[in-house]
Amino acid sequence: MLLTRALMRSLIWGFFSRAHPPPRPSGRAPHRRGAAMIRRIRTVALLAAGAALTLAATACGGAADSTAGAKDGFTQAPQSDGPLTVWVDSTRLPAAQLYQKQHPAVKMDIVTYDGDANGSNYLQTKVSLFNRTGNGWPDVVFSSQNNEATWAVTAKFAAPLNKGLLPQSLLDGWARNANQPCTVDGTVYCLRNDLAQTVLWYDATLMAQWGYQVPTTWEQYEALGKKVAAEHPGYLVGAAGDTFTPEIYLWASKCGANHITGPKAVTVNTTSPACTRMASLLDSLIAARSMSAGSVFSSDFDKNEADKILMMPGPSWYGGSLFQGTFKTPKGRIAVAPMPQWSDDPSPAVGNVGGGTWLLSAHSAHLKAATDFLTWVTTSDDYQGKVAVGYPAYAPAAKTWLAAQSAAGYYANDVIGPLQAAAGQVWPDWGYGQFSQEAIWAATVTPGLTAGKSLVSMLPAWQQAIADYARSDGYQVTR
Amino acid sequence: MTTAASRPRRSRSAPGFVAGYVILLAAFGVVPTVYAIYYAFTDSGGAFAGLSNFAVAAADFRFLPSIGHVALYLVCWLAALVVFVVGLALLLHRLGARGVGRALRLLYYLPGALAGAASVLVWLFVLDPAVSPVGFLLRAVGYQTFGQVIAPGNLPVLFAMIAFWTGAGGWIVVMYGALNTISPEVLEAARIDGAGAWQTARRIQIPLLRKWIVYMVILAFAGGTQLFVEPQLLSQASVGVAGRDYSPNQLSYDFAFQNDDVNTAAAISVELLVVGLVVAAVFVVRSGFFDAD
Repeated sequence: MLLTRALMRSLIWGFFSRAHPPPRPSGRAPHRRGAAMIRRIRTVALLAAGAALTLAATACGGAADSTAGAKDGFTQAPQSDGPLTVWVDSTRLPAAQLYQKQHPAVKMDIVTYDGDANGSNYLQTKVSLFNRTGNGWPDVVFSSQNNEATWAVTAKFAAPLNKGLLPQSLLDGWARNANQPCTVDGTVYCLRNDLAQTVLWYDATLMAQWGYQVPTTWEQYEALGKKVAAEHPGYLVGAAGDTFTPEIYLWASKCGANHITGPKAVTVNTTSPACTRMASLLDSLIAARSMSAGSVFSSDFDKNEADKILMMPGPSWYGGSLFQGTFKTPKGRIAVAPMPQWSDDPSPAVGNVGGGTWLLSAHSAHLKAATDFLTWVTTSDDYQGKVAVGYPAYAPAAKTWLAAQSAAGYYANDVIGPLQAAAGQVWPDWGYGQFSQEAIWAATVTPGLTAGKSLVSMLPAWQQAIADYARSDGYQVTR
Repeated sequence: MTTAASRPRRSRSAPGFVAGYVILLAAFGVVPTVYAIYYAFTDSGGAFAGLSNFAVAAADFRFLPSIGHVALYLVCWLAALVVFVVGLALLLHRLGARGVGRALRLLYYLPGALAGAASVLVWLFVLDPAVSPVGFLLRAVGYQTFGQVIAPGNLPVLFAMIAFWTGAGGWIVVMYGALNTISPEVLEAARIDGAGAWQTARRIQIPLLRKWIVYMVILAFAGGTQLFVEPQLLSQASVGVAGRDYSPNQLSYDFAFQNDDVNTAAAISVELLVVGLVVAAVFVVRSGFFDAD
């Protein structure tokens, strides 16, 4: 039995890549084909192998019981020396590497994985396997998703952070509501990496050259989109082909598609005027061809459309990861403006695309080292302030980050004002459930969009799909 | 098709030869099967649950669509398999053991030598017009982007193509071997009676291949109902646009690892096992698979 467990473990672990691929310049591990796909394929292959082996593993019975007592709000495993195992996506790899460089005495085992991008559920799958085999959990893990607390708490994986591990004074440094997705019944189970508030990115050079005004309302935005289609065909005012399209546009339009009202309760209404008017705006611009129906991370977009962007509503990490990193847009062209608003709505709202979270394993045998790393990676100026591609969720680091962005001179205007303002305007009635909104949109709406169906016509089907997936995760669904 | 075997002799080394297979079969076939059956009829606490896990699976909104997907895929895949494998094997056989035939045999077999996931990966590139070596073909039939290629209606055909490419080569070689066991005298007699290539194939070769074809269909059916790698990889590669929850096997996987419901996952596995066994039984009985020649 022991032999089987050991074999099992080595098989599961053997699949992991210990090699460190070069960091992707992109933001929150979006999908791009090529190398990224090979990694994904390997991931799936190991998932499949892991799944096949689970039965064998579980046959051999129980998990190792920890004998240590409760402290810091959870039952801790016996502490020991040994390498600190950290899982990161390729974008966060520089963070772990920098920590290793600054703390050479800490033994680290850095593993890259897909970061749960696009709701791949990789982390949950692995934790479920580790829970069965009774070992193998990483000490600290980064996820590009904000909904990990919805399962990681019941799976007894995420350690409570505000019950003794971290001082409240430190936690108070996070931006308002930033750790809300991590909080269950007042207990904080993860730390937000970055805020991903949406703004309107635009090409300042082209706007000036063509004599256009940056739109401040959605009505102006739509009108300008049609004008661009007529005067400069081929140029884009946005893209609606990504899995996070609803988080950019419909969230900002206050569409109640994802109102999490309790730990297992959600209200879904995708056919209210707040949803339909944004969907028809997107439909009209897609029809006019100034709104791309492709994903900004597709090879096709990079090849044919990346140099035709006039405007692009999107999250704060678009600047560093998309324009600067992926599209290699020259310095001094890209500028930031506040997200447009509906002219009849006096309270401004913006969307949010990811942001990512850091979790600390309740099974960690190196809590001290794990807590030190977690604190450093989420709060340090050295990483969050100076290296991170996204807007840090930890406010003091955000200050350094904004100053660094201004000083670097990449942007054509001052990014501090619009980004800071948007950070406080994320519409709070769009929550984080266990089901992945991105995955649901991808499977339900994207194929129709590709086939030329209108978004408005697909809103009811989208609602049905959200309700179905929510129910399958045990949610009470209301309209 | 079998030739009279020489008189069987008891050999002391025989158990040693089969032991490796038996041990692996028990460890990765029999034990997991028994374990899945146990899980399928119990609840998460280990108490007997009757058919409730099966009811949960059947009531899930993804269950019926996934069965429909796989049924459609099986139609495409089995039809393609039988027609092309038999056709290509006959063609190979006519070419004989000359150079071209030999080269083709290797060519057919090669894709099967790639590991399953790797060969699916190859297709993901082939199907993306932006990076595909045959992108001009895709564009010629109106597909400009990867998203258009993987439209829901195309999936059964795409999966059948991938499965054929990865799995059919081995069967072509097997069928070719089976054709070689047909006595040359029989074919000679047919030729003298005036049968052409088509007549020979239809009246002599295919009837004599029947058991091999049945054998292939049984295994391909069981494999096809367990469709997993192709849609799962496609789902990853297309960020969830195509292939998510496509097959019952994927649904079982989701139940186990996303809804943390191993019992319902096991119930779906048991259903797949039962379907595979029933279909195999029907084919075996109807074809006289085990009848002596």
